[in-house]
Amino acid sequence: MYINGTGIISPQQSFNHESFLQNMAEHQGEQMRCIEPDYKELLDPKLIRRMSRIIKFGTAAAMDCLKDAGWDAVDAIVTGTAYGCLEDTGVFLSRMVEHDEQMLTPTAFIQSTHNTIGAQIGLSLKSHSYNNTFVHRGFSFEHALVDAQMLFHENAAKRILAGAADEITTYSHAVLKRFNIYRKDASNIHLLRNPGKGTMAGEGASFFALHSEPNGNDYAKIDGLKTILANGNENMEPVIEGFLAAHSINVSGVGLVLMGVNGDEPHDAPLQKIANGIFGTTPVFGFKQFCGEYPTSSAFALWMAANICKEGKLPPTLAEVALAKPLRVLIYNVDLTGHHSLILVSSC
Amino acid sequence: MPVFVAGVGVISAIGNNVAENQDSLKKGIHGIAPMAYLQSAHRNRLPVAEVKLSNDELAQKAGLSNRISRTAMLSMIAAEEALADARLPLNTALRKAFISANSVGGMDKTENFFPEFSANFHAGRLRDVVNHECGSITELVARKIGFTGFVSTISTACSSSANAIFYGARLILNDVADVVIAGGCDSLTRFTLNGFNTLMILDEKPCQPFDENRRGLNLGEGAGYVVLVSGKIAAMLQRKPDVQLSGYANANDAYHQTASSPDGTGSFLAMDGALKMSGLKTSEIGYINLHGTGTQNNDIAEGTAIKRLFDGHYPPVSSTKSFTGHTLGASGGIEAVFSVLALQKGCVFPNLRLETPMKDLPFQPVTRFMDNLQLQHVMSNSFGFGGNCSSLIFSKS
Repeated sequence: MYINGTGIISPQQSFNHESFLQNMAEHQGEQMRCIEPDYKELLDPKLIRRMSRIIKFGTAAAMDCLKDAGWDAVDAIVTGTAYGCLEDTGVFLSRMVEHDEQMLTPTAFIQSTHNTIGAQIGLSLKSHSYNNTFVHRGFSFEHALVDAQMLFHENAAKRILAGAADEITTYSHAVLKRFNIYRKDASNIHLLRNPGKGTMAGEGASFFALHSEPNGNDYAKIDGLKTILANGNENMEPVIEGFLAAHSINVSGVGLVLMGVNGDEPHDAPLQKIANGIFGTTPVFGFKQFCGEYPTSSAFALWMAANICKEGKLPPTLAEVALAKPLRVLIYNVDLTGHHSLILVSSC
Repeated sequence: MPVFVAGVGVISAIGNNVAENQDSLKKGIHGIAPMAYLQSAHRNRLPVAEVKLSNDELAQKAGLSNRISRTAMLSMIAAEEALADARLPLNTALRKAFISANSVGGMDKTENFFPEFSANFHAGRLRDVVNHECGSITELVARKIGFTGFVSTISTACSSSANAIFYGARLILNDVADVVIAGGCDSLTRFTLNGFNTLMILDEKPCQPFDENRRGLNLGEGAGYVVLVSGKIAAMLQRKPDVQLSGYANANDAYHQTASSPDGTGSFLAMDGALKMSGLKTSEIGYINLHGTGTQNNDIAEGTAIKRLFDGHYPPVSSTKSFTGHTLGASGGIEAVFSVLALQKGCVFPNLRLETPMKDLPFQPVTRFMDNLQLQHVMSNSFGFGGNCSSLIFSKS
C-alpha cells in the first residue's frame, strides 16, 4: 500500500501540511487537545454548527487528505475509532438523565453512532463505495489498515481512504482520570524526558490516501502490520523479530523505530528494554510527546513515519540523526490495555 | 475458494439457543412484549423484544459476573453455542479469530453510572464504565473462549454484524485466520430506546414490516454468530459443513445520515454486489431475509431496490424482525443464522402480522411458514444508519 496523501489534525500544528513538526506545540496539564483549523473552507457551514469536534476534525482531516493526494473519489473508506463520538453520546445521555427520558431531540443521538465519521465522509464525497468502521480499542486503526490491505489483495479497490479519529471530552477525561493514568501538572515537552507516574491524554484524526500502486511521488509504502492482544507480560522481542522476518528483513534492517512510550514508567519499562535490547543500535524515538496517549495514536505515528520517509530526515523536534537510505521504519505501539501493534513502513 | 459455515449460535427474544429460535420461527411465536427487564420511563408505551432472561440468569448461563454488561453475556452465550456446534478438531493448531460487531457496547451499565457521575465526577462505580467501549465487550468474550489470535469489533449501526461476518470470511480468504467466529450482539438500553424514540420510528404495537400501514420498528436484543472455516479445515471436521458464504457486498447509500434514499440506492448496490460476487442470477435466490425494520422509510427503499433488481423473479421474502424486533448491531448475525437454518431445513419463515401489502410493490412477503423447499441460495440484508448497506448470500455446498 502506497501513501499518496495525508491529512491530519492533532495537538500539533499539523493541519494543511503547515509544517512537519518543526516546532513542538506545548500542552500543559493532563490533556493534549487538537489545534483545530478554521473549518469553513473544508466543510459545509450549515453542518459545522451541528457537528461535534470529532466529526469536524475527522471529516476535515479526511477531506484534506484527499486534497493532498489530488483525489476526488475513492473505492473504499475505512475508519477506526475506539471511543466513537463521545461528545454526542455524552450530550444525549445527560439530556436523557436530566429530562427523565422526555422531550429529547435526535441530533446528538444520530451523531453518536460509531460510524458517523465514515458516513459523513461518504456523504461529502457522494461515495457509494465500500465503507466500514472498526471500533476495537487499540486496534481500531490497525484493523482499518488490515481491511485496506485485504481490499487491495482482492483487487477490490485501487484507492482507499483509511484513517482514525478519537476525541477527549469532559466526561471521558473525568472517567479515565479516575483510573490514575494521567500525570498531574505535566507538560508534553518534558513527558518523555522525565518519565514518572502517568501520561497525558491525547486525541486527533489522521487520514491516509492509500493506493495499490506506486505513483513516483508517494510519502511511503506500508509493507505490513500485525496486532497482538497480550495476555500479560509476554516477551515481545521474538514477536517483533518474527514479524520482521515475515517481511524478509531482520532487526538491523530497521532504520528507525517509533515507539509508543508515554512517559509512564511502568508502561514504558518493557518498551525501554526492547529499545535497549534488539534495537540497541537503532535510532528509537517516541511519538506520544506530540499527540498524547489515545487508542488510535498509531495513526499519528504513521503520519510521522510517512513524512520522515518522504523527507529522508527527522524533524528538528526529534533529533539530528542521519538516517539510512532507503529507510525502513517500524512503528511499535502499545496502549494502556495491552494492545500491541507493529506497522512496517518503507521509503519509496 | 469457498468459506464454509461450520456452526451457528443465536440468542434472541424468541429463544435462548438455535433450537428454541427455530421452533418459535416455525410456530409463528414472536418475542415482542412489554418491558420486563429494561427500566425506562417509556415502559408502558413501547413494547420491546427482550431476551427472556434477567441479568442474573444470563450471567449464570454465560459463566460471567452478573455485574458485567448484558451485551457481553448475550455475546458469550451465542458465541459458545456456535463454537460447540462447529465441533472443531481439538488437536490441531488453528489460527482463531473473533470478529464481533455491536453498536451499544457497555452502554447498559454506563447509563446506570451516569446519573451519579454527572452530578459528581468522583461518584459512580468505575466497574460500570470499564467495559463501555464496543471493543471491550468483544474482548471479554474472546478471552473467555480463547479466540485471541485476531480480535476485532465492527460498528456500522444496523449493518454491523453483516460486515463482521464478511470481514471474518476475508480473514480466511487472505490467509490471516483458519477459523473465525463472526457475528454480533447488542442489548437493549435506554440510550438506544430514547434515541429511536426521538426519531419517531418506534411502533407502539408489535411491528408490521412491509405492510402498507406499518408504523415503525420495535427494538430487540440478542446475539448471533456463525463459525467460518476454510475448505482445508472443513475437510477435517466430523460433520462436513453443508452451507457456505458465497457472496457479500458493502455499499453506501450516501444520501442522509439516518434516512434511506427513496430508490434504495445503497440497498440495491449491496444486493447487486453480493449477487455479482456469487455469480448467481436473481432467479437462483430462493429466499431473501429482509432488513425489513417496519419503518416507512426502510421498507419502501428496500422494496424498491428489490423491485429494481429482482423484477420478474421475486423469491419468497420475509422480515424475521417481526419475531425478534430490530436487534441493531446483532441483527445481521441473528439473521445470518436464520438464513443458514432456512437452507439447512429447506424452509422459509413467515413475515408476521402482514395485513395490507404495500401498494407500491409488486411483491409481498410470505405470511406462513413454508417447508420442504429446495433452497440453494439465501440472501440476508442489513442496512443501517450512515447509509451503510450490506448483503450476504449463503449457499448449499
